[in-house]
Amino acid sequence: MAQLSIKQRQAGDVTVLDLSGKITIGEGSVQLREAVRGLLDDGKKKILLNLGDVNYVDSSGIGELVSSYTTTNNQGGQLKLLNLTKKIQDLLMITKLLTVFETHDHEETAVESFK
Amino acid sequence: MTETIELSIDSKLEFVDMVGSVTKSMTAKLGFSEDDASWIELAVHEAVINAITHGNRSADDKQVDVRFVIEQNVLTIYVRDRGEGFDPSALPDPLDPNNLLNPNGRGIFYMRTFMDEVEYSIHPEGGSIVRLTKQKQSSD
Repeated sequence: MAQLSIKQRQAGDVTVLDLSGKITIGEGSVQLREAVRGLLDDGKKKILLNLGDVNYVDSSGIGELVSSYTTTNNQGGQLKLLNLTKKIQDLLMITKLLTVFETHDHEETAVESFK
Repeated sequence: MTETIELSIDSKLEFVDMVGSVTKSMTAKLGFSEDDASWIELAVHEAVINAITHGNRSADDKQVDVRFVIEQNVLTIYVRDRGEGFDPSALPDPLDPNNLLNPNGRGIFYMRTFMDEVEYSIHPEGGSIVRLTKQKQSSD
């Protein structure tokens, strides 16, 4: 079974990736990287990562979130995070990354924020 | 009374979850809180990943040894690689504003945040060892 499941859907012009499982070194991180690069290649530059069902992230997974964020920004896009679990929030907070990412608890306001 | 469990894995990422399972059993045995247990599991995961990727440079014929020691209410984990060793003080500070967007360099920081002690040494027969220690709080 895949480490990370990624489902893609549209909410207006915002692409939501619903992530479920683990974002860790190896498969999970690579899947996330490929999904985000794929969206950018298709010209989809408003990306919302829904992390509500991500139950485990390691430093490599956090690094991949950072990488996805910078790659998207460099291509003139925006990448935001939705539904952080307490654990992911803690990992981002202690490494000061909550100051970098825009995060949301509600999908509607998150989608609205891209306009 | 001291209790010890030791396992040795090839440098393959697919084996890291097995170390995680043993870590879970050890934290449960000591009765750590759910939060502490998951942070200890992450710290051990990071140490083993570092041993595989940096220490052994992913050469899968090189072993990583993981030893768990329970003594009273303290869990100590030793992770040994077969690498050349390194100077942890030379690592860039992940909290430096210039490094915030660096995708790498947070593993050891997380280990130091979640464990009481993180200490590096050189094994007399080669390779480096990281020792991670966590004491169970009386309120856990």
